[in-house]
Amino acid sequence: MGFPLLTLTAVVPAAGAVLTAAVPAARRTAAKWLALLVSLATLALAVLVAVRFEPGGARYQLTESHWWIKDFGVRYALGVDGIGVALIVLTALLVPFVIAAGWHDADPLETASKRWRPTQGFFALILAVEAMVIISFEATDVFLFYIFFEAMLIPMYFLIGGFGDRAHSGSDENAAAQRSYAAVKFLLYNLVGGLIMLAAVIGLYVVAGNFSLVEIADARAAGKLDMATNTERLLFLGFFFAFAVKAPLWPLHTWLPNAMGEATAPVAVLITAVVDKVGTFAMLRFCLGLFPEASKWATPVILVLALISIVYGALLAVGQRDIKRLVAYASISHFGFIVLGIFAMTSQGQSGATLYMVNHGLSTAALMLVAGFLISRRGSRLIADYGGVQKVAPVLAGTFLIGGLATLSLPGLAPFVSEFLVLVGTFARYPVVGIVATFGIVLAALYTLVLYQRTMTGPVKEEVSGMPDLRLRELLVVAPLIVLLIGLGVYPKPLTEIVNPAVEHTLSDVKQKDPAPEVEAAK
Amino acid sequence: MSPTAVHGLWTTAADPLDRIPAPHIEYAQLAPTLIVVGAAVIGVLVEAFVPRRARYLTQVFLAFAALASAFAAVVALAGAGYASGKAQIAAMGAIAVDGPALFLQGTVLLASVVAVFTFAERRLDPAAHGNRVDSFAAQAASVPGSESEQAAVKAGFTTTEVFPLALFAIGGMLIFPAANDLLTLFVALEVLSLPLYLLCALARRQRLMSQEAAVKYFLLGAFSSAFLLFGIALLYGYAGSVSYAAIADVVDGTVARMDPALAATMGNDALLLIGGALVLMGLLFKVGAVPFHMWTPDVYQGAPTPVTGFMAAATKVAAFGALLRLLYVVLPGMRWDWRPVMWGVAILTMLAGAVIAVTQTDVKRLLAYSSIAHAGFILAGVIATSKDGVSSVLFYLGAYSFVTIGAFAVVTLVRDAGGEATHLSKWAGLGRRSPLTAAVFAVFLLAFAGIPLTSGFAGKFAVFKAAAEGGAGALVVVGVISSAIAAFFYIRVIVLMFFSEPKPDGPTVAVPSFLTTTTIAVGVAVTVALGLFPQYFLDLAGSASTFVR
Repeated sequence: MGFPLLTLTAVVPAAGAVLTAAVPAARRTAAKWLALLVSLATLALAVLVAVRFEPGGARYQLTESHWWIKDFGVRYALGVDGIGVALIVLTALLVPFVIAAGWHDADPLETASKRWRPTQGFFALILAVEAMVIISFEATDVFLFYIFFEAMLIPMYFLIGGFGDRAHSGSDENAAAQRSYAAVKFLLYNLVGGLIMLAAVIGLYVVAGNFSLVEIADARAAGKLDMATNTERLLFLGFFFAFAVKAPLWPLHTWLPNAMGEATAPVAVLITAVVDKVGTFAMLRFCLGLFPEASKWATPVILVLALISIVYGALLAVGQRDIKRLVAYASISHFGFIVLGIFAMTSQGQSGATLYMVNHGLSTAALMLVAGFLISRRGSRLIADYGGVQKVAPVLAGTFLIGGLATLSLPGLAPFVSEFLVLVGTFARYPVVGIVATFGIVLAALYTLVLYQRTMTGPVKEEVSGMPDLRLRELLVVAPLIVLLIGLGVYPKPLTEIVNPAVEHTLSDVKQKDPAPEVEAAK
Repeated sequence: MSPTAVHGLWTTAADPLDRIPAPHIEYAQLAPTLIVVGAAVIGVLVEAFVPRRARYLTQVFLAFAALASAFAAVVALAGAGYASGKAQIAAMGAIAVDGPALFLQGTVLLASVVAVFTFAERRLDPAAHGNRVDSFAAQAASVPGSESEQAAVKAGFTTTEVFPLALFAIGGMLIFPAANDLLTLFVALEVLSLPLYLLCALARRQRLMSQEAAVKYFLLGAFSSAFLLFGIALLYGYAGSVSYAAIADVVDGTVARMDPALAATMGNDALLLIGGALVLMGLLFKVGAVPFHMWTPDVYQGAPTPVTGFMAAATKVAAFGALLRLLYVVLPGMRWDWRPVMWGVAILTMLAGAVIAVTQTDVKRLLAYSSIAHAGFILAGVIATSKDGVSSVLFYLGAYSFVTIGAFAVVTLVRDAGGEATHLSKWAGLGRRSPLTAAVFAVFLLAFAGIPLTSGFAGKFAVFKAAAEGGAGALVVVGVISSAIAAFFYIRVIVLMFFSEPKPDGPTVAVPSFLTTTTIAVGVAVTVALGLFPQYFLDLAGSASTFVR
């Protein structure tokens, strides 16, 4: 057992959260810088994890394992595969941007009491979420994963409910009510999902006798794990339900537009780009890894749900009047693609899905953060309140366009690679599904370009005319994201190299091989 | 057969060779109970002979010293092996000294120590005539609303009889889970109940409500005691003995010895079933399980809040201990009969507690219904009928009692002009005004809701796991569903505290003395510690989960 690098990547933000929360009320700025430095240190550690990770090596690397609750058979067991590494780096990468973008989002109002310390709370909660997300990407023990999967709801809940978007229509009271509605909806959906998963976690323990991914997989390979077909299916459904709420998959998606609409833009990014990824990640690691037969059994239904998510999310995005809700519905459509890629059960589909998780994180972060900057300038989330922004704030409009183009998977930008892989992977096994999914791309072009056209082009609206362009802080947030989007679009190899071996392992869990290409035999 | 065999009660000592008719009492093994009851008696004398000025300090010190030394005695007994290898039945077959008994006695004592701290708190109410006053009636004997009462309140009278009363109740609670025959069980029940009825009636504010609560509790409690006693009579008719071991032998059919005086009834299953059901009813009443829960919300709301916290925690621990011993020692032979019934009770309790709690508007009533739901969760562990079931129930009780006492201690702090502001609407925006208090209460609520990293989750997981292993998968699913319903109202309170604007005439948070602060701090510390590192306590509960028979 070497140096506990994985533990450290989670402990650093967790300790940072405690320290940030402890900063005195008057030293708000110090709290912000502390949080930013901690998130950068976490990023450095995450990069170190990626460097130390050997793509061709063992399935789980940098492992740590200690007994935690022996009575429950629970170990504090960590380990990463390529998928985990990619998502840890994504998380650690996005959080500094989230912090920098939300720099002023939690400044207390002049009227607030001196003891009320929202700023410290805001940044501490962000770091707490980061720590919990990272540890759930690292856990190789089902129970350990479950603990943090559930616990991350609490800081997330306070982030949504406690720090709403100041840009709203209507009175303060109305906004507070909507915000607390969104926070409660978020929590209840996810808590119910989590509790149903709890029943399945207990069931898994009764069947398997322990929670270790590795041991359960070994027992299965050795034929020692006696899991009745029906039991496996029920347990699979318990797990999948929780992940489908988190991801979110139609028809369990309705919390996401509320949460993303009411939260501040950086928190919305945290929800959709970071926290929700735990859901899709867990489908790959736990649903497929623990219940391979049941996964195959459920595939047809899940593919249909994914298709509905893709098309339905995109259609609703077209119809949105609120910029942030539009991005939320676009995300639902994209999560449909990710789930599609996972359950297509081909190597292209699954590596596409993993890349999609990373790229969706980057593209949504770029689009949502710029949208947040835009909204904070005008004080409105309604698309109709904007027009001609590109004439007054060309840089803002330009970055917004790149974020939008990434969302619609323009070739040359990173999301194109992943979307293409998902579609190719799906088509290889389920041609009809692949064809229907392509409609999602067409609709994506529609909602992004219409959004850009209505807000950025056309005559300059009076309220928009004095709008300042991106400030240095904002530019520093957006520029690296755009560089990454272009970089990974042109040269995705570093990512695919890490991800592909992990995908092979997952596929071997479900005993699936890529369908052989059909070639007309030459006569 | 020797002639003494006619009186089964006197011949069932643990050791069959020990047939000395003179009572033989193992003082050392009974030390925890003896210390507490002895201190209670001394407390009564203190009330009579110590000058009024010195009484408060004397009583607080006496209570604390008694509880601490009783806990030390429990630890010493456990250390000497009485919790495992040397477990034995003491006091002529009346009291069991074994793992579950010692574990629960330790839990009751620790919970009582922190509860007594809240009893002794005198900084929350505004001082009258320079006298700091506590939560208890200025002069219990005066009629509510009468002139003599007003005079007593104005003069800032305080009374200290709550401490001996509490000690008597604790003494009963120590015997209750250890009682090894039905008569001892009944006596312990009365010893713990009667002082509690009185304590409930002693609220300083809203005395009518407090007295109403006490009368309700007393009437229903008397009913349930009567049921219990009737059940005991029937079981005696069935087995010819009130000793747990003797009844169990008859249930198992290992004893064919017929008592000539009871030849007509002995071994009659109708008596066993009805008698067992009646005794169970008496215990389920104390536990607060549906459909015997009706008293809980009214009593919790009316009683002085420190008493509510004490009652909710310690009584539940003791009553579940007695229930466990009855089901695991006396009636394991007929578990195929009682398990379906208890299934029904557990499901009803979980669902009813959670569903009715949703509509509550008073913090204390809300916590009362939540305690009902928790009783249902614990019952799920009881039903497992396995060693894991026992240890999970022990762990859950330990975890739950500290969360409960802590939560009620926080309730005592939130005050407006009329005393404690328990209506939920008044708690709006508490998080803005007193972030620390609200955060602490939020921790307790999350533990009640069973969110991971709190003791509530570890406990819930333990009982559900035991239930699932015992083949009660459906019970786990119902438990999970009612947890989801329960989460809704816990979260509603958090929303109210943190996301609502404070009202201008809202309550303030009183600054407590170190006593209540300690109680709350201990509550938070135990909640977090059992959530993060439950292993040690699970081991402890696991090693203490074998009953002696």
